[in-house]
Amino acid sequence: MQRIGVFVCWCGSNIAATVDVQQVADELAKEPGVVYSTNYQYMCSQSGQQMIQEAIKEHHLTGIVICSCSPRMHEATFRKTAAAAGLNSYMVEIANIREQCSWIHKNKEEATEKAIILGRAAIAKVHLNAPLTAGESPVVKRALVIGGGIAGIQTALDIADAGFEVDIVEKKPTIGGKMAQIDKTFPTLDCAACILTPKMVDVAQNEKIHIYSYSEVESVKGFVGNFTATIKKKARYVKEDVCTGCGLCTEKCPMKKVPNEFNQMLDNRTAIYIPFAQAVPKVATIDPNACMMLKNGKCGVCSKVCTAGAIDYTQKDEYIEQQYGAIVVATGFNTIKLDNFDEFAYSQSPDVVTSLEFERLMNAAGPTGGTLLRPSDHTHPHTLVFVQCVGSRDISGCGKPYCSKICCMYTAKHAMLCREKYPDTEVYVFYIDVRTPGKNFDEFYRRAVEEYGVHYIKGMVGKVAPKDGKLMVQASDLLANDQLLIEADMVVLATAIEPDESARSIATMLTASMDTNDFFTEAHPKLRPVESPTAGIFLSGVCQGPKDIPETVSQASAAAAKVIGLLVKDKLTCNPCVAESNELMCNGCSACEKVCPYGAITYSDKEFRTPYRTTIMRRVASVNPAVCQGCGACTVACPSGAMDLKGFSTRQIMAEVDAICK
Amino acid sequence: MVYSYFPGCTLKNKASDLDLYARKSAEVLGITMEEIEEWQCCGGVYPLGANETAPKLASVRALVAAKEKGQDLLTLCSACHHVLKRVNNDMAENENIRTKANNYMQLEVPYAGETKVVHYLEMLRDVVGFDQLKAKVVNPLKGTKIAAYYGCLLLRPSKVLGFDNPENPKIMEDFIKAIGAEPVIYPYRNECCGGYMAMENKELAKKKSSTVLQSAKENGAECVITACPLCMYNLKVNGGVDDLPVYYFTELLAQALGVK
Amino acid sequence: MEKNEKELAQLIQEISGLNPKKCMKCGKCSGACPAFHEMEYHPHQFVDMVDRGDVNRLLESKSIWMCLTCFACVERCPRDVKPANFIEAARLALIRQQGCNHLKDEAVPPLLDEEMPQQAIVSAYRKFKK
Repeated sequence: MQRIGVFVCWCGSNIAATVDVQQVADELAKEPGVVYSTNYQYMCSQSGQQMIQEAIKEHHLTGIVICSCSPRMHEATFRKTAAAAGLNSYMVEIANIREQCSWIHKNKEEATEKAIILGRAAIAKVHLNAPLTAGESPVVKRALVIGGGIAGIQTALDIADAGFEVDIVEKKPTIGGKMAQIDKTFPTLDCAACILTPKMVDVAQNEKIHIYSYSEVESVKGFVGNFTATIKKKARYVKEDVCTGCGLCTEKCPMKKVPNEFNQMLDNRTAIYIPFAQAVPKVATIDPNACMMLKNGKCGVCSKVCTAGAIDYTQKDEYIEQQYGAIVVATGFNTIKLDNFDEFAYSQSPDVVTSLEFERLMNAAGPTGGTLLRPSDHTHPHTLVFVQCVGSRDISGCGKPYCSKICCMYTAKHAMLCREKYPDTEVYVFYIDVRTPGKNFDEFYRRAVEEYGVHYIKGMVGKVAPKDGKLMVQASDLLANDQLLIEADMVVLATAIEPDESARSIATMLTASMDTNDFFTEAHPKLRPVESPTAGIFLSGVCQGPKDIPETVSQASAAAAKVIGLLVKDKLTCNPCVAESNELMCNGCSACEKVCPYGAITYSDKEFRTPYRTTIMRRVASVNPAVCQGCGACTVACPSGAMDLKGFSTRQIMAEVDAICK
Repeated sequence: MVYSYFPGCTLKNKASDLDLYARKSAEVLGITMEEIEEWQCCGGVYPLGANETAPKLASVRALVAAKEKGQDLLTLCSACHHVLKRVNNDMAENENIRTKANNYMQLEVPYAGETKVVHYLEMLRDVVGFDQLKAKVVNPLKGTKIAAYYGCLLLRPSKVLGFDNPENPKIMEDFIKAIGAEPVIYPYRNECCGGYMAMENKELAKKKSSTVLQSAKENGAECVITACPLCMYNLKVNGGVDDLPVYYFTELLAQALGVK
Repeated sequence: MEKNEKELAQLIQEISGLNPKKCMKCGKCSGACPAFHEMEYHPHQFVDMVDRGDVNRLLESKSIWMCLTCFACVERCPRDVKPANFIEAARLALIRQQGCNHLKDEAVPPLLDEEMPQQAIVSAYRKFKK
């Protein structure tokens, strides 16, 4: 028989206001095996913990039940408390009488009754608890960063700085991401390339960092400290280690009409291409959908002009398997498609552009060499209308329900740059709210208005109608209570952003959770913002939620710090609550193996003794405790009841259910 | 294919051409239009109040009649289509209206939006197919530049009407191509003509209709087509652009099929 | 306007069956409205005035009779507010009262012409009177 102690926490008034804690302690004292029962204001406080430790020693307790908040909050705390008093950590059970009781009930009598029942269930379980010892698993001292934008770059640099190996997997031919496409950065207006490209070079030159460009993560297995990833290096038909990046092939390639992704399709590139001058790695890539040689074997010009002999039309996709201790997701974002917003005439007029397209039109390395020209006729625009919140804050089903966060600031930047470079322009910004919560952000926006004379109009554009080469912008001016009709030369849409389309499949691969908008969920919105709830998975940049460059870089470094904290450990304590197979009951059906998400279960033929001194060979399951994460899927799938979970055995769960139903 | 057909009041009077040419063309296309017996006026406008059930009953009767024959319900007039489609949606999705309407009608089997409401243009697109239509054209309107005028009622609200992209539709342009002519895209093809305001506030109707017609003309249109008798009236009477004829789309269809 | 103004606003909301608080006051409805310049109060204000219970001046204004019910505001609203439905609800709250029809029978004949379709007359009757 166990000697059980019960400790009922008030949690200040969080529990005590709704639950009669004295009555709970008194009632639970009557349960079989309970030799000590008390209540206290803050059980998690130092004095509360001390009280528990003293009681363990004084009453020779073999198990304790804490009636308090969710085990997610303080189970670890109380396990340490018990261990310090010489009681095995796994002899501690938490009855959650806060989140599951006091917070959700109003009637004190009913809440007290429920708290008692929850306490009883925990006591029933403790009776069947057995001491467990956690094993250890080694940590692979290497990190994987998925995505090579500014988030991935910063995370990789910081991890490498601490002395650990890092691999960046980038699906595009170069790292750099969206920041490489941007012209200037707010609020200081320094050139994006000037501050990004040195970092890209740092990455390339860092001995600890390996870049897998034009590559994708195919699959991930394993668990924290011990992941195995398969990386698909897509065939680029150019030998990466031979190509010098001279660019001769891109000059000579006869296929010159391929829409250029880097310039948001505003101009064309060749079939063999280097996305931009500062690309890392500076290696050419052949677009297999455009190359005549790859499509029908007719051409071969690039191969002829390449003095290094780097072209290889026979190259195949390559698969690389690599071990990692930690994985950082930095998959970034895209602007949404504007199919649902044809009232702004994006598909009807080339002079209606997205803000990202506008970045390219203002960029010295862009399709117009940095001179702002209308895409339709390459003339200088005089009147520009910027429309904010296009597809953001939209619950109609056409756009995204969230605020994309970056648009207010980059629109102010665009408007300001426009007026600065071209003082003859009239610039209008239609806004719903101007949101500038950041250091020097509001000052920046006010400068656009006060010093640069940008016309900020509170209201929204209702329709854009192309007319005689102009764009008739019909919009409301809410403060003047008027409807305006502006004859504009260009319209720029501050298009909502959404997570990259690869995010969902990567989340599935990593068993990392996402929200309804496909942003990765953090372990705690305030206190663990850069960790996924899945151990060993960390989040960097917009994949977790909209953010600008300064915020992305902060989060990227934070994620790196968390990764470093993991990688410096030589061993990790394993969860001892793992599955166990009873070989005598196992019928070898493989049901458990099929449902195990971690690949922790294997089958082998084993010899078993039978009566009359004979033996038989039977196929039975066994669990690798280092790989098992204790999810319990196998215990449910097992038809013969051979699988059980330590610490959460079928008997324990049934005892809890019985106690509740009593 | 056999359809139940809801012509509506105006097609029996001022807009008899819209009806006549639709029927003639349907014959050529192998479509049978069986006019619902004793149909009643849809009311012209969809009742927007959440507690308006009675004004929707006429539509429910037509929908039920089609259901009883096991046929889809074919419409021509934009207003009738709009009302029938939306009432049908209410019967399928709005429990309050469904219950009240069924309680009132006392049908043997309650109606819950089972009938499919199909506009003649949708029928041409989805059942006949514009390619098939093109193949049956004997008198293509070669080189004619035609501006399609959609107006409001066929397109909006798009979540219920599900007719086409409400801001950049193409069904009528595809129709124009099928009959051998050249569609003219202009920005005001989905803006209001002034609608029922024609009666009470003629000035407003004039402003709106002329904006539409001028935009069509500026973009090179030689004529305009519509599916709505009220749009037809506004564009013709209040549009103020005399040298831009307006036709019902069915008239040009019949002409192309050689049955006009 | 015997009814208490707040009650009247409540009635309008009830008839609409919708929630004016979903509006984030972006003004896209008023940017889209083809009858904007005919109105003293505009679509976004309709929603706001019903929400605040400030409906007497709205119901006295000719603005509520100017809506073409073209559904541009409904289609383009990012918050699914449906301003046109509020305008219709305001009309209904008014014309359901005895003697408050906007269109009088005797006023109709002079408004008609040879070509006017039945649809226009039926619609105007539905929109302007009970």
